Amino acid sequence: MSASVVDNTVSSGNSSVAIPTDISGQILDLDEDDELEVFSKDTSTTQTDGSSFNASMQTSPASMINQYKFEEEEEDADTKDIFVTVDNPESHVTAIETYITYRVETKTTRSEFDSSEFEVRRRYQDFLWLKGRLEEAHPTLIVHPLPEKFVMKGMVERFNEDFIETRRRALHKFLNKIAEHPIFSSSEDFKIFLTAGSGELTSHKKQGPGFLSRMGETVKAVAAAVRGVRNRPQEFTDMQEYAEAFSQKISSLDKVTQRIVREQKEYLEELKECGPTYALWSQSEQELAEPLKNVAGCVDNCCKETEEQVKHLNDHLIPVLHEYVLCADTLKAVLRRRDNIQADFEGKTEALATKKADRDADSKVLSLAWDSLVGRSPEEVKQQKQQKLKGEIKEMRDELDKAEDRLEWANNALKTDWTRWQKVMRTDLRSAFIDTAERNVSYYEKCLAVWESFLQSQRTDAEGNGKVDSS
Amino acid sequence: SARVMPTQERKLFSSTLFHKIFKAHTSLSLKKCKGCLYKISTSMVEKGTSLLKMMEISVAEAEKRTGKNAVNMQETYTVYLIETRPVDAASEGTNPVPDSLWRRYSEFELLRNYLLVTYPFSVVPPLPEKRAEFVWHKLSADNMDPDFVERRRVGLENFLLRVASHPDLSSDKIFYSFLTEENGWKETVFETGFQAKADSRLKALNATFRVKNPDKRFAEMKHYGDELQSVISQLLRVRARAADRLYGVYKVHGNYGRVFSEWSAIEKEMGDGLQSAGHHMDAYAASVDDILEEEEHYADQLKEYLFYADALRAVCRKHELTQYELEMAAQDLTSKKQQREELATGTIRTFSLKGMTSKLFGQETPEQREAKLKMLETQIEEGEELVKERNAECEEFVKSAWVDIERFKEQKDHDLREALISYAIMQISMCKKGIQVWNNAKECFSKM
Repeated sequence: MSASVVDNTVSSGNSSVAIPTDISGQILDLDEDDELEVFSKDTSTTQTDGSSFNASMQTSPASMINQYKFEEEEEDADTKDIFVTVDNPESHVTAIETYITYRVETKTTRSEFDSSEFEVRRRYQDFLWLKGRLEEAHPTLIVHPLPEKFVMKGMVERFNEDFIETRRRALHKFLNKIAEHPIFSSSEDFKIFLTAGSGELTSHKKQGPGFLSRMGETVKAVAAAVRGVRNRPQEFTDMQEYAEAFSQKISSLDKVTQRIVREQKEYLEELKECGPTYALWSQSEQELAEPLKNVAGCVDNCCKETEEQVKHLNDHLIPVLHEYVLCADTLKAVLRRRDNIQADFEGKTEALATKKADRDADSKVLSLAWDSLVGRSPEEVKQQKQQKLKGEIKEMRDELDKAEDRLEWANNALKTDWTRWQKVMRTDLRSAFIDTAERNVSYYEKCLAVWESFLQSQRTDAEGNGKVDSS
Repeated sequence: SARVMPTQERKLFSSTLFHKIFKAHTSLSLKKCKGCLYKISTSMVEKGTSLLKMMEISVAEAEKRTGKNAVNMQETYTVYLIETRPVDAASEGTNPVPDSLWRRYSEFELLRNYLLVTYPFSVVPPLPEKRAEFVWHKLSADNMDPDFVERRRVGLENFLLRVASHPDLSSDKIFYSFLTEENGWKETVFETGFQAKADSRLKALNATFRVKNPDKRFAEMKHYGDELQSVISQLLRVRARAADRLYGVYKVHGNYGRVFSEWSAIEKEMGDGLQSAGHHMDAYAASVDDILEEEEHYADQLKEYLFYADALRAVCRKHELTQYELEMAAQDLTSKKQQREELATGTIRTFSLKGMTSKLFGQETPEQREAKLKMLETQIEEGEELVKERNAECEEFVKSAWVDIERFKEQKDHDLREALISYAIMQISMCKKGIQVWNNAKECFSKM
């Protein structure tokens, strides 16, 4: 059973801090002491054979978080050192299936990359895999959502041009968000995703935690969820409430915007008939023919502008809102996972307390009767029992400590990433709304120009004909 | 009766209240003025219209009344206040109380029907629609709806002004008493016996089908009337549907306002920006009401000409009728002359019952023939008189009608062009509002 342990060197800072990825997996595997072990790996294959253990990198979760924060602030000031693009969708036909791959191009100056340019082809499944890995490794960090597997509403063909383009844009955003994230961007899986050939990627994918380990994780998660969390800190409850409310609001905005697009499209349908009607009318007229034809042209122009504006809403605002609807779900999931980690810790705390109580209560007589029946001396039995309990308690205490560390780690990671996410959200939504407002202004300005040119033409006409229109 | 107003009169004219209204009409900005938003053709007024020179006319108010109708049932109806004031009085600086009386829509209809019958060669101005048509969802189709009543008031005033500025119609006595005599007007109208003079629908239809040689220009005009009616109907329908959709687009933006406001409550830094952006979205949603109200006036201008098309066709149909009657008379005369010839020469050239019966039952006696010939001669004489009369009627009709049609064409070209210009101005105003709102919203978003 192997966990993916990678060398996550954050390149922008001077110090390199290796931040463990899947800690829970590690804890299960290790039978060393309590301190968090840090393994550094620089190959894609994963073995927890403890290859290179860098003592200097041994740090407590708290200090690592501090490092993370420090890195984050620095990163804002620095220029990007990795550029990822997703483009060029191509369809592939095999005997079994047809699917689309996208070209993923990476340009980077980061040292941990063997070269400065990479080009690979990836399909949607690969993106899903990457997301899954990141979530596994960082259960309480917020991974940007992927576009949905398929569109629920209506029969949208998977290979419809618009659908592919929308998906491509979303995949591009996804990778860029990962690249911009201080922790995710140093993920080994991410690096492999960007650089590995398809054969290499397939074999790497197979190296994930085995089925049994994943089952174990799921069972644990379910157990924790069932147990429920008892003493959730207020700040996380606040986050939960926020996540709920945000989810509602952003969903509403998504729906409102979609409704606007629908209404605009229907308006456009009607408007499209106006121009031709004016043109038809102009055919019956003499003096009026020219102004009528002119008006017909103006209406047609406004139609075109309206069409452009609707397209822009569809292509720019709606995808962003949709992304953040999915983000809201991610927030809730992350908070749930954190709760589970806390529940796990609380469960272990309880279990230890119970065991300790058992040990203390053992000096009471209860089971001695049975043992005497069986023919063992009370002293012997007591000794055996005490010995056994002592062992169990030590084990549980170790587990508990690890769970506590895990919890502290998860909480800090979440808090930091939450703040980061809020900043990113604010930037994204602000620029999306500003963009939309600008587009609307531009739309009205163009229509204004259309009608003003009509007025101008009528004034010139009138002056030409000797009539003077007062204005 | 086309003449330009001498300068003196024009000065007088310029100081009247009506002229102020008129001036607002010709300006290219849509300033709402007391009275109507319609523009009265410059050319019409300048060429001198008897009644409008003497008095100002307006339909000032509308009121609901209830009363018993012809079958003694309770009914609610609307009456309109017609105010008139001599032009001179206002110009002297004093502002005398105008004369006024109340009329209901059916009386307007009666007046118009009278004018239609009495001046068949005139393109009689139309009344505003009886029932609301081309409505879109926000507009009410209810005749009692205050917006509908208001637009009708404006339409009725426009009707009166158009009649009062028409070279022929404006000097009609019945029209004058409609404006000035509240009581007994109806009886006066009926006393003219105009209803008897009205052509039956059947007669008119018959003529349309059977006429052989209508004046080409009138045939073209009729065809034009058909086309105009068809295309304006289509335009009004399309416009109404588009207005409905546009209303939807704007109103949905109001939801942004609501959601932004709710969202701003859970955000810290973004809150203010969102909240204020939300206000602008509300303003945007609300702005559509004014926009569409103005567009409704444009629709009303189009509707006027939709109904004018009908009036135009009525004139053409009257021509067909007079022409047909002429042709009938001429045909009758020809056949009588032919009969005379046959009788005189004894040859039967055309089939006639007389011919057949005479063949079957023997020829008539010379005395009988003489009698018949004499009768025919009289008939032929009468026939020739009739043809001459009808011919004169026809020519007279063609002449007068064509003059009015030309006048109408000029008025239509002018008015509709002005309407298109005012439509463009409306669109520009709408765009400007849009630019303002979204620029404001953008600023708020920047503060997010």
